[in-house]
Amino acid sequence: MTGADPVVEARGLVVRRSGHVILDDLTFTIAGGQVTGLLGPSGCGKTTLMRTLVGVQEITAGQVTLLGRQAGHPRLRDRIGYSTQDPAVYPDLTLTENLRYFGTVLGLKRDKLTGAIAKTVRDLDLGGLEDRLVGTFSGGQLARVGLAVALLGAPDLLVLDEPTVGLDPVLRHDLWAMFHRLADAGTTLLVSSHVMDEAARCDYLLFMRDGRFLAEATPAAILQETGAADLEAAFLRLAGGPREEREERAERAEPEERAEKAAKR
Amino acid sequence: MSAEAAISWTLTRATARRVLAQLRHDPRTIVMMLAVPSVLMILLRYTLNNPVALNRFAPVYIGVFPFVIMFIVAAITTQRERARGTLERLMAMPLGKLDLLAGYGIAFGLVACVQVTVVLIISLTWLGVSLPGSAVPMAVIAVLDAVLGMSLGLFASAFARSEFQAVQFMPAFVLPQALLCGLVVARADMTPVLRWLSDVLPLSYAVDAMQRISTSASWTTAIGADIAIILAFTAAALVGGALTLRRRTR
Repeated sequence: MTGADPVVEARGLVVRRSGHVILDDLTFTIAGGQVTGLLGPSGCGKTTLMRTLVGVQEITAGQVTLLGRQAGHPRLRDRIGYSTQDPAVYPDLTLTENLRYFGTVLGLKRDKLTGAIAKTVRDLDLGGLEDRLVGTFSGGQLARVGLAVALLGAPDLLVLDEPTVGLDPVLRHDLWAMFHRLADAGTTLLVSSHVMDEAARCDYLLFMRDGRFLAEATPAAILQETGAADLEAAFLRLAGGPREEREERAERAEPEERAEKAAKR
Repeated sequence: MSAEAAISWTLTRATARRVLAQLRHDPRTIVMMLAVPSVLMILLRYTLNNPVALNRFAPVYIGVFPFVIMFIVAAITTQRERARGTLERLMAMPLGKLDLLAGYGIAFGLVACVQVTVVLIISLTWLGVSLPGSAVPMAVIAVLDAVLGMSLGLFASAFARSEFQAVQFMPAFVLPQALLCGLVVARADMTPVLRWLSDVLPLSYAVDAMQRISTSASWTTAIGADIAIILAFTAAALVGGALTLRRRTR
């Protein structure tokens, strides 16, 4: 897969849940073979967007195509790897039993299954834990088990919802290195995070707030456009600046406008 | 939709093995599932303390206890699957809904076989329950009753938002059926409205079949009809369970 063809294409995507607009008319593409970061505060719609892409969220309006098929198409189910914020594995099974079951569901058999399990266990540094019940794992280990299931079927598109939360810095570094290795090998990754220092590790960024995108560009382009020193400052500027700046602007506003505001208070 | 309707033996078997592996790692639950019906039968034997009454009631309870236990176990297991997010993960993967439900059905069906065998052996030997014929048809019907309870539990869990609610479905779904199935008052003696209610509830046929097989040395068409109705309810509950399992949430 080359970077030329977008792997994900969304047009006018709207998701409304019990009257609230969660995704507000999103139009975007995600290029193949690179790591796209979905950055934004918690509650901004990142998870809903990811659930829409993997086909478990109903779409209110708009179109989403992945790998040439509509979101939720049965033929996409073994081509997209998805890991949620919760590990979503069976605590009352061992690591191997978990991977064996999910691997079988993904259509892996015999040697292929054993090979895929051994590889993901190695990639995620879970060696030595194979026969332990997953319920006895630490938070960081659990998060990696969830990730392991997403990687198991060597999918074309990986949708990872906050995969590095609660992991130690060394492991986080290793995981990001692995994400880029996968991207270099042709996998497309969409990785969400609310930590801005991870934004710099992405090839392309989607900055999200209140169900809309503030920016869609490479980290370098966002820095250049906003003139900010780092991506955190760039996000703040795009979101309308931190509170002090907003208040400062209000100070500078016309006197009668200020009087109006005071009257409302 | 055709992909949804097809059932994959590989995935069904993998799901059944997974459910059994989960149980294997939880010995306390296994002991409870296997021992509770037998302990209740022993209690029944000594509270009645009357061989004639025991012979009349025991077969009915051999059908009802596994039904109730399987209902609650199935309802909670699927509710946990929802709460942990594993259901959503599976729904994003190439697993058919029927693969999942049939996998559960096979796993719990096997557990029901062991459960019923234990309670039958204890009842027929130690407790002195006597049957006019072979114990095999009764065992078959008791297992079918347990599988019926399981599929109703799977179906009911679709309406539970939490494990707390799922537990309460036991009294809400099962106790009314227990009152109306002929266990407390013979179905023939009920007022028309209650009789009508009793006629549409699945446990009534489970109990009918057990009563008939315990008084008849040979197979009768009435027993066959009861079994057909039990199987129909089981299939309807499983299909209903598949329909209420949503791949996409609103």
